[in-house]
This record gives sequence, C-alpha cells and structure tokens, in this order.
Amino acid sequence: MSHPTLAKGFVNNKPRAQWHDKALWFVREKRDRMAHGVPEWEELRQQASAIKIHTMSQLPNYLEQFEKNAKALGVHVHWAIDGDEHNRIVHEILQQHNVKRVVKSKSMLTEECHLNPFLEKNGYEVVDTDLGERIVQLRNEPPSHIVLPAIHIKKEEVGECFHEHLGTEKGASDPNYLTEAARNHLRERFCSADAGITGVNFALAETGGFVVCTNEGNADLGVSLPKLHIACMGIEKLLPRASDLAVFLRLLARSATGQPITTYSSHFHGPREGSEMHIVLVDNGRSGILQSPEFRRSLNCIRCGACMNTCPVYRRSGGHSYESAVPGPIGSILTPLKTPESHSSLPFACSLCGSCTDVCPVKIDLHHQLLAMRGFLDRKKLLGMSKKLSMKFVSGLLSHKWMYTTAGSAARTALRWLPRFAVYNPLNGWGKQRELPEPPKSSFRDQYAAHKKQSGDKS
Amino acid sequence: MKVALFIPCYVDQFYPQVGMATVRVLEHFGVEHEFPEGQTCCGQPMANSGCMPEAKPLAEKYIDVFDGYDHIVAPSGSCVSMVRHHYDAFFDSSDEKANRVRERTLELTEFLCKVLKVGDIEGNFPHQVGIHQSCHGLRELRLSSSSEVMTKRPDMLRGLLDNLNGITFSKLQRNDECCGFGGTFAVAEEAVSCMMGEDRIRDHLDSGTKVLTAGDMSCLMHLEGIIRRQKHDIRVMHFSEILAEAIGA
Ligand code: SF4
Repeated sequence: MSHPTLAKGFVNNKPRAQWHDKALWFVREKRDRMAHGVPEWEELRQQASAIKIHTMSQLPNYLEQFEKNAKALGVHVHWAIDGDEHNRIVHEILQQHNVKRVVKSKSMLTEECHLNPFLEKNGYEVVDTDLGERIVQLRNEPPSHIVLPAIHIKKEEVGECFHEHLGTEKGASDPNYLTEAARNHLRERFCSADAGITGVNFALAETGGFVVCTNEGNADLGVSLPKLHIACMGIEKLLPRASDLAVFLRLLARSATGQPITTYSSHFHGPREGSEMHIVLVDNGRSGILQSPEFRRSLNCIRCGACMNTCPVYRRSGGHSYESAVPGPIGSILTPLKTPESHSSLPFACSLCGSCTDVCPVKIDLHHQLLAMRGFLDRKKLLGMSKKLSMKFVSGLLSHKWMYTTAGSAARTALRWLPRFAVYNPLNGWGKQRELPEPPKSSFRDQYAAHKKQSGDKS
Repeated sequence: MKVALFIPCYVDQFYPQVGMATVRVLEHFGVEHEFPEGQTCCGQPMANSGCMPEAKPLAEKYIDVFDGYDHIVAPSGSCVSMVRHHYDAFFDSSDEKANRVRERTLELTEFLCKVLKVGDIEGNFPHQVGIHQSCHGLRELRLSSSSEVMTKRPDMLRGLLDNLNGITFSKLQRNDECCGFGGTFAVAEEAVSCMMGEDRIRDHLDSGTKVLTAGDMSCLMHLEGIIRRQKHDIRVMHFSEILAEAIGA
C-alpha cells in the first residue's frame, strides 16, 4: 500500500494520532533541551559529520583494518553480501553450536534482514530482549520506530498483550507492574539461552572492538550467560579511531531520547574465556549507495531516530505507514534506494520542512536528499503517468506568459461562477477539508499595471 | 538601485493584494521597482514533484527575465529558496548570469533587513499577531532561529513588526512546527497535511492569535483554507499586508 493510504488510516483515528504526535514531540523537546545544554553542540555535529564523511571515503581500508584487528582479538569475522547471506551465516553458526534458544538485543540490521522469521522458520526460539521490541514481537508486528519500537502502543494495550502472553492480571496497565512482569519473563529467557545476538552501534577500525548501546542492559545480559555471541552490523557502522567514540556517544543519546548518555554502552573486544564471538559484516546494498554522490551521505546515519521524532509527518502517520524497517525521513531515502518500485511514495511523505536536516546529529541533508529521491524516481519512470503528464502540462502552460495569464484568468472566472458542488468534488483533494482561495477579479500584474499608470499620470 | 518584483504565480493569480502590499511597503521606503512582465513561475511545483526536466525551462526563463536587476524581491520564502538553493540542478556552477540572479533574489523581510537595513518601523497595529514561521524561510533561508539548531539568529519578520504601536505577539506551544502545506504534499498526503494544518491553527487559537501572519503566502493559503472551512475567528494576513496597513501605505 502507498504511504498516503496507510497514513490516512492512522490519521482517521484522531485521538490516537494526536496522542502519538504528542508522545514523540515530548521526546523531541527533551532532545532540544539537552542539546541546548551542550554549548559546543553544533561543533560536535560538524565533527561527527566530518568523521563519517572521511570514513565513508576510505571504507574499504577501514573495513580491512577492522577485520585484521578483530581477528587478532580472537573474533570470527564473516562477510555477507545481502540479507539472505547474513541469515544463512547466522544459521550456520547456530547449527555448529547446537543452539535452540536465542536471545537478541535490538538490532535494526537483523530487522532489515528479517532474521527473526527466518530463524523461527528453522525451528529456533528467538526472544527479543529489549522491552519495546519484546512487546511488538509478542503482538506479532514490526517495530514502528528504530529507537522506540513500541511507541505506537498504549500502556493499556501492553497490559492486554501481557495478559494474553505472560499471564499478567487482566486490565492491568500500571507500567511498573507490567515492566516487572516483563523482567521476570525475560530473566527466564536470558538464563536458558544458548546464544546471544546483538547489533552494533559503533565498530572501531583501530582496535577491532565494537560498542552496543542499550538502555536496559539487555545486550550485556544476553551475551554474558551463553557461550556464543554473534554481532551483526552494517558495514557503515565503522569509526576509524577509539577516540572518535566520544563525539558519537555524546550525540547519540541526546538526539535519540534526550538523555545525556545511553544507560549502557557496552564495549566488546574479543570473546570471554571459553566462549566464542562472531561478527557478521553486511553490505545489503550499502556499497551501491556509497557509489552514489547524491545519496552517499545517507550512510552516515547513526540510527538515533531524531529525524523521526521531529518529522511532523511521521508523528502523525505512525511508523508502520512507511512499511520499512527504517521508517521516517532517513528510511524514506534508504528504502526506496533499495526497492524503488514498492516504496515510491515514501519520498513524497514529506512536506520538505527541513526539520530532520537540522536535527540530525551527523548533518545528513535529509530533506534535500528526499527531494533528490523524487528526481531519482522520475528518472526510473516511477512517478506515475498522471503526475508526470500533469506536470508536463503545467510546465508547458507556465513557459508561455500569454498561456499562463489566459489560463489564470479563466480559472479565476470559473472559480467565481461555478456552483460549489462543481468545485468541491471528490477529485479536488485540496477542497476536502479546505476552502480554495477566493478568486480575485484581476491578477496582480493587471493591478500593478494600473498602479504604475496612475502614479505615472500623477507625476 | 534597480529592484525587480518577483511575484510568484499563485500570488499573482490569487493574492494580488499581497503583491500590492509589497509594492506599497517598498514605496514607503522609497524603493523604485519594476515588475518584469515575462515572469510566470520559478518551477517549484515541478521540481517539488521530482519532474526536473519539466522545471528546467521555467528556471531558465526566470534567470533570463530577472537578469540586469540589482535586487529581485519576492513576498515568498519558498520560491526564493527554490531559486537560491535548488537551481543547482539546472545551471553549471560557473554560469555567471545564473549565479548573479540567484544571489540577488531575496525574500521581502530579508531585503528590508539586509539591504535597506530598516530599523524600527513607526506605525499602528493594535492586534495580537501570531507568527507562523514558514519552514523554507526558517530553515532554508535562515530568517529566524529554529529550535533544532543551537545557533541563534535574529527573527527578521518579528523584528520588523516589533516596534509597531499596540502590537502583541502570541506565545505558541510549538514555535516552528510545519503547517503541512508542502506544495504538492498538500494534495498527495491530504490527510496528514490537513491534520498538520489543524494542529497549527489550534496552537494559535489557544494562544489567542487574532491575526495570523507569515512571510510565505503558500503556508497561509493552506491555513486560511482550513480556517475558513472551520469558521475560526482569525484574520489571515501576509506580513506585507500587516506592514502596509500599519504604516498607512
Ligand atoms: S538520519 Fe540523522 S537524525 Fe535520522 S536517524 Fe540517522 S542520524 Fe538520526
């Protein structure tokens, strides 16, 4: 389905859409306050952006360096060209270790590769251990936000879900009670897991180590008990030096949730004694994007989700309306780049307000890229015949002054004389909830000519 | 100083009074002006839809029509930002004529503040005004501070109105949220667009706005459409109309 259709469905439930908008705006405001508390905020953004641009320009070298250093730490390094290969690799590792039960910490990459359904199909029990992620998993739906996966769900609905799956009291909606229930439930899973899978927030070429940020400590727990840790990362997650981390850790949490720092930033440098650590480096279209001067900077994204919180369209249409693992502004670039045919409406789910660009901690020119995406879809002939034809027609009309003035005056006259039902018909998307401007008798150019004549006469 | 008026197509056709108010404000400050007859549209609707080949002839026409002026002034931030920031796609960066015209294209408040260096304006406007920060004026042309960026910038529109007798300003909950117009977005994403517009208006109603203003008539066209449909008691005026009325021009 296209974004406008799904968005309309979401907006039609006004109270829910308003509540969703407010919840995210609250996070955005918190972020603003936090950012204001860091006097060098704009310099930090500039630095982060420069580091990322540099890293991307040398990505192959840094990846090799990372691989070498990770191996030296005793990590098994794997490369996957796409999501399928990634899933296969993970599966093989699990098979080798006779794994039955997997605990996962939140990872957008595994979401992008559809790892969960793949593993479940192959007979594994996979439990997402991030609370929000667990809620959407129990409800059998995808996350709607990359940092706040269950932001679209009210606490009453969580209560219902937990009553059904975890046996909590019917009608309970107290967050403390529900969190406690989830904690007990997850503790059991942590204890009985044979393997832990995590994502990667930042990988360091210099050391071969990597960092995972969570607010619940679930990544730590998930990989501390089992003897197998598999970390899955997109190849763009790399930073050159360990010292670069400081810049990004300061920006990430503030941008994401308005916290000064993520509660747990866990650093992994090789396996613990007696256990194994694997890293799967995934391309899945990224090296293609790296080749494109227009869209390369979208790879700088550190997945903080700030662009979603600030996006007035996302806040009102909900994450699911994007039908994409990464929704919102950045998702509307990344997803159509990969699957333009099925996601051609996403770059248009944007009023081009530019708030995402200003909020982005790594200074991705998001709204300009969204505009460029529209041109990209046009070049791919994916704009749709009627849009293309009407734009051709209007462009022709506007190229000739006499055609434009004649059409303009005809339209104004028509609008003045046509009965209301003829103007406000179902084909008029503007007029469903809005009045059209009241058409004046004469255009500006006519009034200006008269004005000039008059002041000329006077002098 | 040779100043050309750039009156965007929809203002020409539907809001001539905004163009005329612009004229009166400029005359008040002694600016001589011309309206180059050949102008039609900057090409924004096509570019906005991704139809770059269709936008190109209009961009070329724009550059031709407006070459030779010291300044080109428009009562519309978004059309100005189209010319200044998005014509890269059509002209080589070494194209001197295009560069010249683009640099000289200014939004009205920008022209008043930066070129004319207008200070406090004498006049009367005893109403409570709610300013809508149009996104393109705010984030493309940087005519005010946006809440996301920590760099402080003077608010040009407000600065120009600040000194008028009797004027008060609404304190909004959300200072710089988009109104939901967004060009073709207003129709393509009608549901979200109208919800955004309604939310903006609600914020103004709650803050006691009696006159709603902006530097961009396109945002106002959308908001006015909803205000009139829902019969709210808010008068919608482009910034130039307020100024013209206040100074009695
Ligand atoms: S594009 Fe920028 S704001 Fe959006 S998620 Fe990525 S880093 Fe955050």
